[in-house]
Amino acid sequence: MKPAKPNPEPARIPLLSEIPVASSNQLCPGCLLSVTSLSVDDVSSILRLATELESEQPELRARRLAHRRIALLFYESSTRTRTSFELAAKGLGADTALISSQSSSIEKGESLKDTGITLRALGAECIILRHLSSGAPYLLAKVTGLPVLNAGDGMHEHPSQALLDVRTMIQALARPEDVPGGNLLSGVKVVITGDILHSRVARSNALLLPKLGARVILCGPPALLPEVAEELGPGITIERDFDRALGQAEIVMMLRIQRERLAGLHIDLDEYMARYQLNQGRLRSYGPKAIVMHPGPMIRGLEISSEVADGPQSVIALQVRNGVAIRMALIYRALECRRVQPAHKETTKPRFAAKRKRGRA
Amino acid sequence: MTTLLIRGGHLVDPSAGVDANRDLLLKDGRVAAVEPPGKLTAAAKQTSAEVVDAAGFVVAPGLVDIHVHLREPGQGYKETIATGTAAAAAGGFTTVCAMPNTHPVNDSVEITRWMQSADRGPSARVFPIAAATRGSMGEALTEYGSLKAAGAVAVSDDGKPILSEAIMHQALAAAARAGIPVIQHAEDTRLTGGCSMNAGALAFRLGLRGMPVAAESGLVERDIRLLAELRGARAHLHVAHLSTGAALDAVRKARRNGLHVTCEVAPHHFVLTEQAVGEYNTNAKMNPPLRAESDRRAMLEGLLDGSIDCIATDHAPHATHEKEQEFERAPNGITGLESALGLTLDLLHRKHKVSLSRLITLLSTQPASLLSLRGRGSLGTGSFADVVIFDPKAEWVFRAAKTRSKSANTPFDGWNMLGRVQMTISEGRVVYRADA
Repeated sequence: MKPAKPNPEPARIPLLSEIPVASSNQLCPGCLLSVTSLSVDDVSSILRLATELESEQPELRARRLAHRRIALLFYESSTRTRTSFELAAKGLGADTALISSQSSSIEKGESLKDTGITLRALGAECIILRHLSSGAPYLLAKVTGLPVLNAGDGMHEHPSQALLDVRTMIQALARPEDVPGGNLLSGVKVVITGDILHSRVARSNALLLPKLGARVILCGPPALLPEVAEELGPGITIERDFDRALGQAEIVMMLRIQRERLAGLHIDLDEYMARYQLNQGRLRSYGPKAIVMHPGPMIRGLEISSEVADGPQSVIALQVRNGVAIRMALIYRALECRRVQPAHKETTKPRFAAKRKRGRA
Repeated sequence: MTTLLIRGGHLVDPSAGVDANRDLLLKDGRVAAVEPPGKLTAAAKQTSAEVVDAAGFVVAPGLVDIHVHLREPGQGYKETIATGTAAAAAGGFTTVCAMPNTHPVNDSVEITRWMQSADRGPSARVFPIAAATRGSMGEALTEYGSLKAAGAVAVSDDGKPILSEAIMHQALAAAARAGIPVIQHAEDTRLTGGCSMNAGALAFRLGLRGMPVAAESGLVERDIRLLAELRGARAHLHVAHLSTGAALDAVRKARRNGLHVTCEVAPHHFVLTEQAVGEYNTNAKMNPPLRAESDRRAMLEGLLDGSIDCIATDHAPHATHEKEQEFERAPNGITGLESALGLTLDLLHRKHKVSLSRLITLLSTQPASLLSLRGRGSLGTGSFADVVIFDPKAEWVFRAAKTRSKSANTPFDGWNMLGRVQMTISEGRVVYRADA
């Protein structure tokens, strides 16, 4: 943690007695662990907040969470997610500390629970977690009582990615951000193609988009897209023929084959590319107007060709940019939720009372 | 040895066909007499017996659990034989059969004897189940004859299935010669690598790799084929903790064909489904995993129609720090000795109208006879004085914090239970008494 800068207010190091003890199963309301916990109204308010924060003057914005402490706990490598969470936190004025599994006591065998408790004792008010193991954020949220933001857990979910994808879709389709009833993407057909089985991005999008009125068409070979994927929720169908799927789509989202998670599964890449690669020829024939998305990292020449990734239909860079705005909103929501509706009333109230005045602009 | 008169209770002893009010005289660790109410009073006075008033309660042969993990030797921080059998006594069990996945693995006469020593401070009779192969490595058979002579009642590599056909074939043949069953943990581990729950829609949504039903049923079918090849050798295959309808169908079919196949089911497999995993609850993680509702119903049907021989808990204690981990990293297993009777009475007796006699058959008579535990699972004259006295109508709430086990890894914390154990007597000794 960076030492707190000279500040009109005293340094915010909580006394040990003030640190809430993890006892109940109740998760802090500022958590975002799965998109399934988000109502349509939640999504709308996150989108509005993202826009509000993004358009705010940087100096004003930097006062919102001035010197509040946020820990970025990364058990897996990341470029986009880590950087955008970090920039988002810093944009709001927060102090951030990055802990990665390779250069911390995690290497010495410290458990996730103890790592979380240590970060809380160091004053972290929110932990952003990327972990190899599905469900790890639930454990961290339970044992720390802190708001935890899931920055990708195993094959489970990547909720902030789904939200930034929603924002990108709305912008690319030139739809209003505010629709009564929350049908932000009503009637929109989104094709998600590739390694669905191992993709947390696919799960979060497939669970979230239908809530907002979209239809999700999953596409890929049976080894990477089991039939059971259709049972994720309503509004999801499987189409094995990519050309046919592309023909119906307003939006096509391509996914990387996750070699690190294949676990002995053998995929014939030549055949895969012939059937599922999004290249210029295929896009021109079947999706001349489709918006092209990719959560990254891309393997150019495998699931997507360079011409398509860099082409006029691609909004991949816009997705990355939206990551900062969405993550500002999520961090702000995490800390504000904690303030307004503390999970541990008796201990958290006095800690934040002094801050309340300069919270909202 | 003290003499005990249990008076005024309703005796349920399926082995003797008794389901009526009877008094019971226990003497020198054995059942001395069973008579209609009042007839033993004089005899009891002569021997100055302690009198236990069991009016309104069921008196039954002590429950027999043929599948527990007592963790000793080697993992005393999870459980010891003393704490595990104390939990057993609190749950009404007087006999437990301890699996060999200890540290070191119980593949020897020495450990088999060590586990049965009075120095362990047991509150219930412990019968070891010895490893079927050396170190449970699945490569070379252990000495079944001498293990049996030392007290082992079966062989198993529980937790590690015997995958090799040749070894399983040898094991079944050797166990038949020794007159004991081979207990198989039926899981084709070639299909379950990296898996931590049941395969299906929920596993897909949670991003967890799932164990397919076929991993269990496939191995049960394979073992039954091997058993058929040994026809005439009197080999006995016992399938541990059955969890799928497909595997149960294979068992039913084999029995129709005259093969000696038996099976057990754990309470959690007929009470819970995979939905209990919820938000990665590691106390709902075990192997075999909680299955779909259709499989849970199949387990219930198997219990109702008699194709499942007995209920066994697969009591598997783990320390808090082991269960407080990422779901995929947390060890498999839950404790079960103290909740088995309460769950079974509630679901099978109250909800599904299974008679008490049938229930005691599943929890005591049949498990005892399945492993040839002579004098157990029965209250006939001359049997061991192993008795459970319970109030079949008492409703209570199970609290994991109050467990007698060293571990509290149970998904049933806070659950309503039916039927409260009032007293447990092991070989004439009162080993559990409910708080007044």
